[in-house]
Amino acid sequence: MVKYLKLQEQLMPLPVLYRGETMYNYKMNLNQEEKEILEGKKGEVLAKIMKTIVMYGDTFGASKLVPVTSKYGHLVTSFGLSMMKPVYSLMDELIEANIVSKQKFTVDPRPLDFENVPSSFLQKIVFKVMYGKQRDYEAQLHKIGLLSEDGFTCTCYMDEVGNIPKKGDILSWAESSAVVYANSVLGARCNRNSGIIEMFGSILGKVPYFGLLTDEGRKANWIVEVKTSNIPEAQILGSAIGMKVMDEVPYIKNLDRFLGTELNNIVKDYLKDMGAAAASNGAVGLFHVENITPEAKELGNKLLVGNPNTYIIDDEELKRVKESYPIIWKDNEAKPKLCFIGCPHLSLEQICKWAKDIKDKLKEKNQRKVVIPTVLTASPKVLEEFKKLPEADNLKSMGVSTTYICPLMYMNNPLCGKMPVITNSNKLRTYTSSRYYTDSEIIEVITKEGI
Amino acid sequence: MREFKGRVVVPGTVKAPALVSKEGFNTLASFQKSLMFKDKEGTCSDQNNKYIYKKKMAGKALCLPQTIGSTTGGMVLYCASALGIVPSCLLFSKPIDSLAAAGAILSDIWTESNLPTIDNLGDEFLEYVQDNMTIEVLDNGIVRVGDTDENI
Repeated sequence: MVKYLKLQEQLMPLPVLYRGETMYNYKMNLNQEEKEILEGKKGEVLAKIMKTIVMYGDTFGASKLVPVTSKYGHLVTSFGLSMMKPVYSLMDELIEANIVSKQKFTVDPRPLDFENVPSSFLQKIVFKVMYGKQRDYEAQLHKIGLLSEDGFTCTCYMDEVGNIPKKGDILSWAESSAVVYANSVLGARCNRNSGIIEMFGSILGKVPYFGLLTDEGRKANWIVEVKTSNIPEAQILGSAIGMKVMDEVPYIKNLDRFLGTELNNIVKDYLKDMGAAAASNGAVGLFHVENITPEAKELGNKLLVGNPNTYIIDDEELKRVKESYPIIWKDNEAKPKLCFIGCPHLSLEQICKWAKDIKDKLKEKNQRKVVIPTVLTASPKVLEEFKKLPEADNLKSMGVSTTYICPLMYMNNPLCGKMPVITNSNKLRTYTSSRYYTDSEIIEVITKEGI
Repeated sequence: MREFKGRVVVPGTVKAPALVSKEGFNTLASFQKSLMFKDKEGTCSDQNNKYIYKKKMAGKALCLPQTIGSTTGGMVLYCASALGIVPSCLLFSKPIDSLAAAGAILSDIWTESNLPTIDNLGDEFLEYVQDNMTIEVLDNGIVRVGDTDENI
């Protein structure tokens, strides 16, 4: 009987039938090519990828699939964590089926840099076990479509890296801080996808049309009125907005009082940090800033839905939000052992500013070095440019190092997670045991002798 | 016994004791230690979730509003599923979020596990259901909640 069935399959290939399943009863409109992929005419593995994307779109009422138009993709999964074995098996399944991404992609930061990030002998052993699959996983990424050996950063949209989508481009990304930046600051269109889903979108060159890809989905249902006496700390403002609006779209007013109306590099960096905090402390995928971000400049109040909610942020509210952050160190009075600055990765301008600010503070206090080991993180390409500048040598002599890693992945090491670590990143605070300080507080703490 | 009707995201039938998180479920934080230390019981490691921290998630009917946290969430759920440390079903009071949907769909298509997933069960569902109540999920989006096994 089995023989007969096999013979029949050879003579008359049956549609789909991967793993004996019946055809998925899709709801969205698919064109002929998409239907054929779903039916398995271009292979079983590609059919499963298509089924995943179509089912994902159907869940959110997508009417169709649309082409991904950005030049490059970006993947959130950059770590060869031993516990993620099923991901590596899935990658093997793709590679065996000769699946290659339709667009090359950059990837989130690598997890390890023993040369530049302090770690003890025991921590190193744990790191080596934890990220034991790193080399194998990177080899898999190369086979599927990694853009380059140094394409590992969460800020792929920096000029030095060059994965910069154009306004209106459709993306298949997942890294939350990159998605919110691309949507809000660049005016590209991308949903808050999960890891793997974004890779499947890049492989197919198609994503489901729903949510933040549509004009309707990009409308704001919150007005956020900034009424602070000074420019708000970007990381706290973003955190406040994220915790209030969760996954909805805010339209932020009065921030142009402090930032001006030109979307220059300083403003972009501010919005990068604000957006990352909003995306991690809530689930914001898009924000509009009146008179600053591209769609707000173009459409203004037309971006608001009828009867939006209002959230007023004043000095009191920012203070309340900051004071609400739990401190989960074993000893709240412990001396910090490490300081991370740069989650998301810093821009070249930001690293230079930190180098100058630390130098000035040390000079003011008549000190030569910081008292807490301090690590600045940025993309390999940004660091390459930074190392050409005299500031790089100055930084080293002050006891500050630079690295390309993701500090979150460092903190995932249970031995590191137990250490009292401080940071100016609200994202790092949210996902790890690190303690948040504002930029000016960080400078004080890392230069304060006798703590 | 109470009956609630939701929308089927991933079909399937199952009967299991409830595990209830009345606040957003952080997928990465909840599964991180179970995945790292191969804890087959799926003990929740999210210390910020006062409802389910240190409780066993594997084999439970996980009742929750939505998931929150890192966009690796869907992939984490997929890994938990592939390694067999996943809840027996996911029951959302609110419309499912994109990360949880991705996880449930990846589990369904790319693993041998079946992870029935229902969303839109309503706030009343989450107010009513308590830990260890017996949950029965039917194929048509009906979820029956009983105090004990005999109630269903």
